[in-house]
Order: sequence, then C-alpha cells, then structure tokens
Amino acid sequence: MILSGLVNTLSVRGAGVPFLATGDGTFWLPVRASEAAGAVDNLFYFIFWISLFFFTLLMALLAIFAVRYRRRREGEEPEPSPSHNLAVEVVWTAIPVLLVAAIFWFGFQAYVDMSSPPLDSYQIQVTGQKWKWTFTYPNGYVDELLHVPADRPVQLVMTSQDVIHSLSIPAFRIKRDLVPGRYSKAWFTAVRPGDYDLYCAEYCGTQHSSMISTVKVLAPEAFDAWLREHSDILSGLTPAEGGERVYNVLGCKQCHSLDGAAGVGPTFRNLFGSERSFKDGGRATADENYVSSSVLDPQSRVVQGFEPVMPTFKGRIKDQEITALIAFLKTLSVHAPQDAAPAAAGAGTP
Amino acid sequence: MSTHDATAAPPAVGSENYLNCSHGFRSWFFTLDHKRIGVMYLASILSFFLLGGILALLIRTELLTPTRTLMSADDYNKVFTLHGAIMIFLFIIPGIPAALGNFVLPLMLGAKDVALPRLNLASYHLYLIGALIAVLSIVQGGVDAGWTFYAPYSTTTNTAVVTLTFGVFVLGFSSVFTGLNFIVTMHKMRPAGMGWFDMPLMLWALYATSIIQVLATPILGITMVLLIVERVMGIGIFDPALGGDPVLYQHFFWFYSHPAVYIMILPAMGIISEVVSVFSRKHIFGYRAIAYSSIAIAAFSFLVWGHHMFTSGQSELMNMIFSALTFSVSIPSAVKMFNWLSTMYKGSIRFDTPMIYALSFMFLFGIGGLTGLFLGSLATDIHLHDTYFVVAHFHYVMFGGTVIAFLAGLHYWWPKMFGRMYDEKWGRISAIIISVGFNITFFTQFVMGSQGMPRRYYAYVDKFEPYHVISSFGSYLMAAGFFMTAWYLVKSLYRGRPAPANPWGGAAMEWQAASPPVLHNFTEEPVVGDPYDYSNQDYDPAIGGYVLRKPEVSDR
Amino acid sequence: MSTPHEGRGEHADPHLQHHFQSMAQQYDSGKFGMWLFLVTEVLLFGGLFCAYAVYRANHPEIFAYAHQFLDKTLGGLNTLVLIVSSLTMAMAVRCAQLGQQRRLKQMLAATLLCACVFLAVKGVEYEHKWKHGLLWGTRYTSQEAAPAAAAAPATEAPAAIAAPADGGTTLPHAAAGPAGLAAEPQTGHGAGAHGGHGPAGPAPRNVHLFFGIYFVMTGLHGIHVLAGMIAIVWLLRRSAAGEFGPEYFAPVDFVGLYWHLVDLIWIFLFPLLYLIH
Repeated sequence: MILSGLVNTLSVRGAGVPFLATGDGTFWLPVRASEAAGAVDNLFYFIFWISLFFFTLLMALLAIFAVRYRRRREGEEPEPSPSHNLAVEVVWTAIPVLLVAAIFWFGFQAYVDMSSPPLDSYQIQVTGQKWKWTFTYPNGYVDELLHVPADRPVQLVMTSQDVIHSLSIPAFRIKRDLVPGRYSKAWFTAVRPGDYDLYCAEYCGTQHSSMISTVKVLAPEAFDAWLREHSDILSGLTPAEGGERVYNVLGCKQCHSLDGAAGVGPTFRNLFGSERSFKDGGRATADENYVSSSVLDPQSRVVQGFEPVMPTFKGRIKDQEITALIAFLKTLSVHAPQDAAPAAAGAGTP
Repeated sequence: MSTHDATAAPPAVGSENYLNCSHGFRSWFFTLDHKRIGVMYLASILSFFLLGGILALLIRTELLTPTRTLMSADDYNKVFTLHGAIMIFLFIIPGIPAALGNFVLPLMLGAKDVALPRLNLASYHLYLIGALIAVLSIVQGGVDAGWTFYAPYSTTTNTAVVTLTFGVFVLGFSSVFTGLNFIVTMHKMRPAGMGWFDMPLMLWALYATSIIQVLATPILGITMVLLIVERVMGIGIFDPALGGDPVLYQHFFWFYSHPAVYIMILPAMGIISEVVSVFSRKHIFGYRAIAYSSIAIAAFSFLVWGHHMFTSGQSELMNMIFSALTFSVSIPSAVKMFNWLSTMYKGSIRFDTPMIYALSFMFLFGIGGLTGLFLGSLATDIHLHDTYFVVAHFHYVMFGGTVIAFLAGLHYWWPKMFGRMYDEKWGRISAIIISVGFNITFFTQFVMGSQGMPRRYYAYVDKFEPYHVISSFGSYLMAAGFFMTAWYLVKSLYRGRPAPANPWGGAAMEWQAASPPVLHNFTEEPVVGDPYDYSNQDYDPAIGGYVLRKPEVSDR
Repeated sequence: MSTPHEGRGEHADPHLQHHFQSMAQQYDSGKFGMWLFLVTEVLLFGGLFCAYAVYRANHPEIFAYAHQFLDKTLGGLNTLVLIVSSLTMAMAVRCAQLGQQRRLKQMLAATLLCACVFLAVKGVEYEHKWKHGLLWGTRYTSQEAAPAAAAAPATEAPAAIAAPADGGTTLPHAAAGPAGLAAEPQTGHGAGAHGGHGPAGPAPRNVHLFFGIYFVMTGLHGIHVLAGMIAIVWLLRRSAAGEFGPEYFAPVDFVGLYWHLVDLIWIFLFPLLYLIH
C-alpha cells in the first residue's frame, strides 16, 4: 500500500500541477476535499521537490567525497586545497535566501486566502469541551457531527468551554485552536461530498485521542433537506421525551441538574409547581408561564441565591419546544399533577 | 616557545591523572575540577537518557495497536509528558554543553579550569536537585500536561504539575550558571595568542549556546513561576475564567523554548565542525562563515518563537512576520552544511566511529532542516501543525541532529576523557544500526503526519496502523543499537586499549593534554596554534596516534 | 578557599584561585560573571514587565481603577529608603576599597537596616490589601470602591466572576459568550443596576488581575531584597573578620552591583504600579 503510494507520487502526481485532476490522496497527502487544499498541496509539493533535489545533491556529493577522498593508508596527507572562498560562500548563501523567500511568499499568499472568509459564508458555531465537539447550526440545531454543504463557503465560529482544543480536518487542510474565553474562526469550501475525519489536534487530556468527529459533506440540496429534517428535534417523540431532548440539546443541562443539586442555576427536580422566591423580594409559583418567561427573559426574575448569568433563549427556542420542556419538567416534580406517567423518571432519580 | 614530547610518549593509564588523583565520594561530589564535573554530568544525563528512552519504548509499544496495548490513556499521557520533559530538560539541554562542553572547554583554551569553578559545581548540584524534584513528580503519580505545560490544561489537571515545573525552574538555574560560566571563561581565559577567530569552532558554538542559555532561560524561570503561582494561588493570569490569557502562556513558553532548541543544536554543530575537519584531515572550510552563522542562529533564535503558534489565533500579521523570520534562521544552518561538505572535498577521510556519526548527522539533520521548510511556510504549517510531521521533524533535528552529534562527540573525546579506546568495529556497527533504526522510526512519522495523524494520540484511526507498526519496530532496532553502544563503551573502561594523547590527529589544544589529562590539565604550557592546521603532526603507528612535530617557527 | 595552589609562586595572593594567572584576571572574571547574572535578573523581571504591558494594553481600565488602592505615600517612602540604601551600599564598596574597616561595617549595617525598613513598610501595605480582600484571582473579595469613589459602595459581583473558576465557562453553550477576556472595557455584572457611580466609575471586571500582577512583581522583588539581605549579612561576617581591603574587595563589589539592580527594579515598579493614570 505504501509502496504503491510512493510510485503514484513519483510518477504522475507531481508538484506544480495546479489542481490535480482528482482529489485522491497521495503517498504524502490525504484526500483533498476543500478548495484551499489545492493551493496547500501545490505548495507542499513545491517545497517537497526543492528539498528532495537539494537533499539528493548534497548526499550525492557526500557519498562521492566519502568514496573518492577516503584515506587509503594511515598517515596519508591530503593535497592542499583552499579553506575559504568568498565567492562560493556568497553564492551558497544567496541561493537558499532566494528559495526560502519564494517559499515564504507562496506560503503566505495561500495562508491569506485561507484566512479571509467570504462575507456570505454559512456560519456554524463550534464548541469544544473535554472531550466532544458540538456543532450549532444557524437555526439552533445542535449535532455532534459536522454536516456541511458542498460548494459553499462555511465559516466555523469556535470557542472552548474548558482547555485549549484544536479543530483539525486534514482533508480540508485546515486547523484552528479553540481557546477558552475567545472566539476563533476557520473557514473552508468543501468540494467533495463524503465523510472525512475531524480531530482534536491540541492535547486536552485523558480522552484527547477520542475527541474525534466526522465531517459529512453533503450536496447543497441534500444538506438543506438534512437540516430541515433534523432541526425538528421533537418529531416522533412524546412531549416529555421531546422536552428531555430539548434539555440535553439546548444546553439546559449544563447549569440545571435533575438530581436536586443546585448548579449554576436551580435544579429542575421538583421545580415545577414549587414556590419560588426572587432576589428582588417577589415570589411566584413555577407554572407554565413562569417557565416560559424564565427561558425567554431569564434576567427579569432571578431566583434567590443565584447569579443573573442565564442568557435569553428568545429566537433560539420554538414555542413547541418550550411546551415540551414544560412537559418534561412536570415529570420531574412532585408538585405537578401526575397525569402523565413519569417517562423520564430514571433520569431524575438521585 | 619550546615544545615537549609529552604527547609522543603518552603516560600509561596507570599514571596519575584527574580520575585517580583522589578517591572517594566527596572527592567527586564536591570537586571543583571541570573534568570531574563534566564526567558526573555525563553519568547523570546518560542515566536520564536511559530513563527517557525506556519511556519512548513504552510509547512506541503502546502505539503498536490502534487501541489499548499496554496501558491506560492516562498512563500514556503521563509517559509521553515525562519522556518529553526528561529528554529535553534533563538530557539534551545539559547534554552537550554541561557534560562534554564542561570537559573540553578549558582544555580547548589551554586553561586549567573554567573561570568560576564553584559556580560550575553549583550548577551540577542544582541540576541534581532539579532532577530529583522532577523525578519526585513521578512518585507523586506523574504529570499529564505534556512537556509544554500549556495553560489552562496544566493549571487545571490534578496531577503533579507544580513539582515538575518547579524542577524545571531549578534546572533553569543550573543551565544559566553553566552558560554564564562558559561566557566568562571564553572572554577572560583565552590564552595569549588566541584571538576570537583562533578558537576552535566548538567554542564558538558553545559561546552562542551560552548566550542563549543566559538570555532565554530566565524567561522560562518566570514562566514556570507564574504557572506555579497560578496553580497554587489561583492568580488568574493564564486563566480565561478569571480574565487571563492562556495564549500569553504560549508566548512566554516559546520565547524560551524555541531558543532552547538552538541550545540543543548549536553545540551539536560545533562537534560536527571539529569531527569533520579532523577526520578529513583538512582545514575547516569557511571558518568565519561557520563562526558567524553560530552567532546568527543565536540571534535569530530569539525572533521566531511565534511559529509554534500559527494556529493559536495570533494575528495574520504576526504569523507573517514570524514565518519570514523563521526562514531567515534556516540560512545559517544551510551555510554550515555546505561548509562541512566542502571540508571533506579533497580531504583524506577516515571513517572512525565519530566520523560515521558526523556523516549520519549530515544526512539526518539535512532531512530535519529541510522538513522545517514545510513547517515554516504558513499554508503548509496549518495542515501539518500538531501532527506527527512535527514530531518527526523535531526528532530528526533533536535526535538525528543533537543526539547523533552528542554520540559523535562522546566517541571523539571518549579516549581523552577516560584514557581508553573503545572497540572501533562495534562502534561503527552500532552507529549504523542507530541511524537505520532512527530513519525507520521517524521517517514513517513524516508520512502519517502529513496524512493527518495528530500528535499525542493514545488511540488512533485504523488507517495509521501500518505506519505505527513500522515506526515501533524501528525504535526497537534503535534501542538495540544503543544497548550495543553502552556495552562496548563500558567494556572499554576496563578492557580498552590505553589511548594515546592524540588518537585522531586533532589540532585543537585538548589533544596536547595526556589521555586522560592530569588534574590541572596540562603538564606543560600547551602550544597555541591554528586549531585546524594538521601540517605539524605525524602519525606514529607504534602508539596508534599522532604526535606533534617540533615546530619550525615560533607561533607566538 | 579549598583549592590547592600548586604550580604557583610562593608570593601568590591567598585569595587567588589556582586557575587564574593574576588577581586582575580573577576580579575581571568575577565581575563579568556578576554582570551577566544581572542580565538574567533583568530578563527574569522582563517577563513580568511583559505580562504587565500586555494586560495594561488590553485592560487599561483595570489598571486605572485598581492602582488607586495602592498607597503612594508608603510606596514613595520605600523608594526613598531604597535609594538611601543604594548610597550606603556604594559607600560600603568604597570603604572596602580604601580598607576603612569600621566604616565598611557601618555602611553595610546601614544598608541592611534600610532593607529591613523597606520590607516592614511592604508588610504594612500587604496587610492592608489582605484585610480588604484586595488580592489576586480567586482570593479577590473586595467589596469596596476605589478610595476616590468611596462615596458610593459599588457592589460589584466578585462571586459571579469567580464562579466559573471551578468549572470553566458554565453558560449554556448555545449562548456562551466567552466568559472572560473581553478586550474592551466591560463593567461587572449588575454593577450598573446597583449604582455606585463615583468619580472613578464602577469597578471594572477582573480588577483582581491588577493585584495578581502587583503581588507577583512586588513579591518577587521582595524575595530579591531578602536574598540581598542574606548576602549583606554574609559580607558583614566576613568584614568583621577583616577579610576585605584594597587587595581583595570583590565580594563587596559584586553584592553591591546586585543591590543596585534590586533598587533599580523597584524604581521601575513604583511608577508602573503606583503612579499610573
């Protein structure tokens, strides 16, 4: 397998061939699935052939000198030869200077192209955390695989929840660190529908090597259809099941526990129907309206003992999703009328 | 100046020398003699090389299969962290300067010792203390932060980061003291008649190295202090949750750690300059070009740290500047390579073990240097960053470069250090085995890296398995070569043929001392001359070494 | 000196080590080594000055606000004390060169005294910070406004800032604005709602960063002062034995150089931390 790859590299898939006819992988480089990859690969092979040429030249000279000028008997002294030559020194300094200047320039140009996304890019939010990827689409749908449309610039807006991660998609030749407390960006235009590996490239702990996901490049129509189908996160579920899904997918679970322990926000266990007292002194019963307004306007009534840190979900949650969430909350609460069987009781058991 | 024939009739190994002039633990542990300190350093760094090497074999064995082979993911993370930290801080950085450099630097200057012998001893004691603290971190359960200790991972993981970083902090002082001492020694203790441009190139290399040690290591010190303070007191400087900036840590860290790779490679280049010239029996070609390029590398080394952070989110402008500066550092290295090659031209080349290693160095360092071009170039680096391509690149430079040159130097000066010749045949065989094993191990890593295999992965995607298997078997071959080396070197200490003062025909002053040298190095004032002029020595088959001819003209 | 002196003339100075040709060479080597050591010290602090510059450039509001908590009078007093100590140290070196044994001891003692005063004043300052919770990172608990804004106590919400420290950013990921590291000035959560608009305005976020830098810089400087005091005590003991004189004064000279550097670093720290706007 490796040998055949080597043969391929040496015979047909040479350097400097702009946009090789196929994007298949070579001995050195993986499948090429983004627009920018072509420029990167050309540069890679440009450097590769220059390096190979000079390396072969130097090693050939080394071998020739080693054989030609080997000491045949001890005590043999070499014939005198000069020990410096300014002209030669200047030449062999100048040639590498010119070559590396060219390599630098090509590398810089390709890099600038790679770091300037078109304004109409399709934006996907990426969150890294130990040890999983989360991709949030513009309509709020969240997935652990990265689905992208082909032939359309896609921009990833990324941040990390804990330590530094790095999103690496070898087939696209891109890589960008996710730094907690900042947003970083990467973009690409995928050109080949198919599945590609997505790695975390910055060491992040125990399961670093499991922080792998897949990029699924879909034809544009297929992508739209996929997104439409999957965005409806409630389809085929009972309201309570759907609410649990909302709870997991939209991120409630990161602050609101199900087991009665207070996190950043109050627990959801036995919340529905209970009496709430607020920082500003007010009190209310946690009914449907209370839950709805807490989701849409969380800062208006902050529960005693908690900080006003919850962001609004207005525009990112649909009405039927709130309804489903309420149904889910009811299953968790002893204060709620238990007309529905506690479908998610398992999750709520301490 | 009159000369003498001490070199013609080397004292037998039994006669008094620095090794046998006094006995007992204290006579070594509290010695001020640079040679003994060098030997103690040598024994220490070789012990840590063994430890780091065993860890490397554990890593390679674990990676034989795509999932668990030997150990858990957490153990693997600790093993690669310790492999990196031990190899970098306890082996390579002190490797050539503190062990070999300490031994040969005063000898090459014709001096009795380094300028500040007590500081030299303090440096060794600090090294031991730092090493013990670092080893203590293993006892405490190990560290899993990677040898780079990137925040915020290093500030949040619950392993013994503080212990290991404090060890590194102490080791930093040791390194500073060595560098400072060497600079002072070269400034103040050059003998009359030896100008800067009459020094052997090894000394130029050590000088450039020392400058980096003195100027860069304090930044490592303060970085480690900040990291410790961050962990112990929660100061928040690198903690994004407290408004700190984790990328600032990377800037601090690489401001030291990039120059540090030149602390490792510059003295290696110095050794190659000596060995290539001596074994080609020809004056080094382009002396000044090599000397200046050492200084140029030292100067540029401070300006390129940002190339470790091309994907970190620093601005495009900074990436461009760092990329351009990175390429500038490649030029002096290339110049050295051409000069070594030209030195061989029309020489009379002898293939003793040091020269085999020197040739192997040129091959491996050539690959290491050229693959640096892929990483210095922005567009390709984005793809290759944090992959096995980087792992392979720095092993080609650090191992194929520094360690191979260290072995060249070790074999070159071994007769001088211990007064015994090792078995030349086994020396050559294991030099070749190590080089072949090395290439098998690391060349495959270039390929899997450019195919996208990320570094520091405990488990990996199945398609990388063949590469990993080949790489692991290469590492076993390399290990076999090292055990052979250890075996014949140790054997030579007991069974080796007594070494003549100048077995290779070196013209630098250390070869005018006896092998091994007496306590104060020279029995008579050494003759200062061109360190690459071989015209005034003759081969004496009776002793298997070279002797100085009576000088026709005075060289003062 | 435990080093043997063989191979030397009988007239060699007892302080001359075996590997040097002359006292001049030995002195030059030592002095050059000392200067190099000072270079490493400058670079050690240089790292901290860099951190200071980065944070001040990114969060000028924190520095403008927080420096008001530092006591300029005490800082100024300490500056004066250190400058005086530099003078006495310089005079000590001169006394050693001239062989004035009594004055040498007096001057060293005076320097030591100044160092003690410096540390005592520093201790008073630290104690004040400690009492008011003007500390670093997670330990920052101050509920006070800057003295200039003392009229209205701004209840800045340190708990909200510190909360994510144990679990990283805890906001729902779909909404997570990165928690920290805003490049622009931001006010603390709810600071506006609670009033507290004095002349200095409400406390900016992450004021603790300033105190973190303050404590690391002055702390590391304090450790250097302590090390200098140990060196001076060592000099005092040796000068009590009358070891120094016109022939041999290198240790006094070298410690003097170190002491001046420690002073010099303070001369930079004082305006950077106390006198900024």
